[in-house]
Amino acid sequence: MIAPSAYLLLSAILFGIGVAGVVTRKNVLIILMSVELMLNGVNVAFVAAGSYLGDVGGGVFAFMVMTVAAAEAAVGLALLIALYRLKETVDITELKVLKW
Amino acid sequence: MVNGILDYLWLVPALPLLGVVLNGAIALYAERPLLLKEAGLPLAGGHGAGHGSHGDAHGAASHGSADGHHETPAYRKLVAFIAPAVVGAAFVVALLCVLSLASRPADGRTFVQILFPWIQAGSLLVPAALQLDPLSSVMALVVTGVGFLIHVYSVGYMSHERAFARYFVYLNLFMFAMLTLVLANNYLLMFVGWEGVGLCSYLLIGFWYEKQSASDAGKKAFVANRIGDFGVLLAMFLVFWTFGSLSYTEVFARVPLLRESGVLTTGLATAITLLLFLGATGKSAQIPLYVWLPDAMEGPTPVSALIHAATMVTAGVYMVARSSALFLLAPDTMMVVAVIGAVTAIFSATIGICQTDIKRVLAYSTVSQLGYMFLACGVGAFTAAIFHLMTHAFFKALLFLGSGSVIHALSGEQDMRKMGGLKKYVPVTFVTMFAATLAISGIPGLSGFFSKDEILWQSFSSSHGSPILWGIGALAAGITAFYMFRLVFLTFFGESRMDPEVERHAHESPWTMTVPLTILAVLSVAGGWIGIPAVLGGSNRFEHWLAPVFHPVAAAGAHGVAAAGAAHAAEAVAHHSTTLEFGLMALSVAIALCGIALAYFLYRVRTGKPAEIASRWPTLYDVVYNKYYIDEFYEWAVIRRIVTFSTGLWQMFDALFIDGIVNGIADLVRGAGDRVRRLQGGVVGGYAFSLLAGAVLLVGYILYRSVVQ
Repeated sequence: MIAPSAYLLLSAILFGIGVAGVVTRKNVLIILMSVELMLNGVNVAFVAAGSYLGDVGGGVFAFMVMTVAAAEAAVGLALLIALYRLKETVDITELKVLKW
Repeated sequence: MVNGILDYLWLVPALPLLGVVLNGAIALYAERPLLLKEAGLPLAGGHGAGHGSHGDAHGAASHGSADGHHETPAYRKLVAFIAPAVVGAAFVVALLCVLSLASRPADGRTFVQILFPWIQAGSLLVPAALQLDPLSSVMALVVTGVGFLIHVYSVGYMSHERAFARYFVYLNLFMFAMLTLVLANNYLLMFVGWEGVGLCSYLLIGFWYEKQSASDAGKKAFVANRIGDFGVLLAMFLVFWTFGSLSYTEVFARVPLLRESGVLTTGLATAITLLLFLGATGKSAQIPLYVWLPDAMEGPTPVSALIHAATMVTAGVYMVARSSALFLLAPDTMMVVAVIGAVTAIFSATIGICQTDIKRVLAYSTVSQLGYMFLACGVGAFTAAIFHLMTHAFFKALLFLGSGSVIHALSGEQDMRKMGGLKKYVPVTFVTMFAATLAISGIPGLSGFFSKDEILWQSFSSSHGSPILWGIGALAAGITAFYMFRLVFLTFFGESRMDPEVERHAHESPWTMTVPLTILAVLSVAGGWIGIPAVLGGSNRFEHWLAPVFHPVAAAGAHGVAAAGAAHAAEAVAHHSTTLEFGLMALSVAIALCGIALAYFLYRVRTGKPAEIASRWPTLYDVVYNKYYIDEFYEWAVIRRIVTFSTGLWQMFDALFIDGIVNGIADLVRGAGDRVRRLQGGVVGGYAFSLLAGAVLLVGYILYRSVVQ
């Protein structure tokens, strides 16, 4: 049996990659994907913890997160398309009208 | 109830209040739209002009021209009925109440009617309660009686006035406030009336507010009174602190007890009474706060008669007399009161000599006569003070109304240098005013003689009195006779110095004005007969009537260290020889006759003499003519200091300190915001990074905490 710490490590790595993507990338599409990666990293932790503790709550929460992620992806992609139509770009650094 | 008519005592102040409400409604909904339309201003309240035909208001413009060419609008007739009627009704109720009170035994003549609990805060319980006793009944009768006559007179005098209803609203409001003042059962309710009459005085002095001098005079009166009111307030705090109550009956009943237990020291009594007297100097125009009264003549003449001669200005005398139990415990205050009264009496009498405005002469005369009343209070002769208050109300109201009749006849002329020979034009006015002049001059047999002589005798013989006070009083009486006859001679006798145009219009006043004059003339002549002293074969019923108010007081005072007061004075009167009293009486009459003779000589025989005297001592004349430059002195010594001080406060404290704090905080916040807003750079990655950093810090902190524990 694989030790629980391995799952948590995997979860942390996934989450870290996601965070790095969100912070460093300029393409909005990539950022959205990175957010999905973060969410899935969390899901791994939930499921692992649920299994380890014998509690279905972890799995339930993982489903919950997936649902939210689906909704988020739908809204996020809609925003992305609206943004592209307006600015003809998906570069996040171009979007800095709201400052100061 | 067994009290009968006395249970309706509340009607006495309530009836004028009803007049205020009714006339106020008429003034707002009938008169105001009319005046606004006339002035070409838009009607604020839509179509309000229910009463009154159009085109009548401009008829008021021609003051002094022959009356009655335009139709009187209905609302004016209504006001002309309501305003005097409510006051007349109040007089009838007051009279019935007093008669009912008089039928009681002498020691039971204090009736207190509690209307409703007014203020309840901790141990401070102040009900709205009325008190009718011999003192307040005299005041209530004088106020309603003279007030009614002046209301009737006003209907005639103000017939050309546009703001007719507004005038009567103020006048009725004044009656309500004044009756509250005199009928109140406690200091606080009295103070409500006190402030109320001050407000009405302000409103009526500034009645013709378009005129700069009138509105200035109103403000001056108000400010001078505020200084006095401050004293009354402090005195009330002290009274409550000492006695634990503000009601007259309780306070005065506790005086002997607190005196014996040493709570009520002489120093405390002196402080209370001096503060009360400060209020009296403001309201009753005594040195140093008298300066507002002469300027108050800017108001309509009936107002001068009612408020600034007969009633309101006597409120200070009433308050001092009411608090006589406290004043008798403070010999120092008594001396201050007597001296201020005597000095005011002679000081303002001398100013009266040189004034040329008929109403200003009477104004200074009023100040002088009020000084007499305070002189009487100061020597412990409270009965004499109230007696003079009453006779003065009659003859001074008459003098003012007479002068108003003269002014009315002369289309608004007030300068005596432009009068003369008027007696054939205004015979009724002349005869009545002459009677009042004889009364104020102290001619034997008339009301002023009895009251003035009583004061002079008391100021000589009372234990608080002294020959010096008597001398000042007698001299002031002589000067009074002089300037009053000067006024009569300049106005009614001799050659006419009128404008021919004015003279052509000169006419006797309508009956609404002459009837009150006649009634007041009868009172001026006969009003003193109820107080004829024993030495002249009278029974001095007035003194007996007031005795229950002032004499138990003296008995209480006799326990204390400052054992003196009215009982003592009364004894002294009895013990002094009647020869002395007759001698002093003859002497004061002789001084008055000298004053009259001098006036006759200067203004009838050698009419060029006054100008000659003035040119011989130009400096003296100038100083007296300019009222001793007191106004200028106050301007320099007080007003300008206050303005400088206030300007300093404004610039140093307000502009620098307060504004500095407020603006400093604003600058701080704005500066901080200016720096912090740079954080919002618009780069989404940056925001995400700060989010991350925050989360890391938070998690790190939580981990650190768990590790440490």
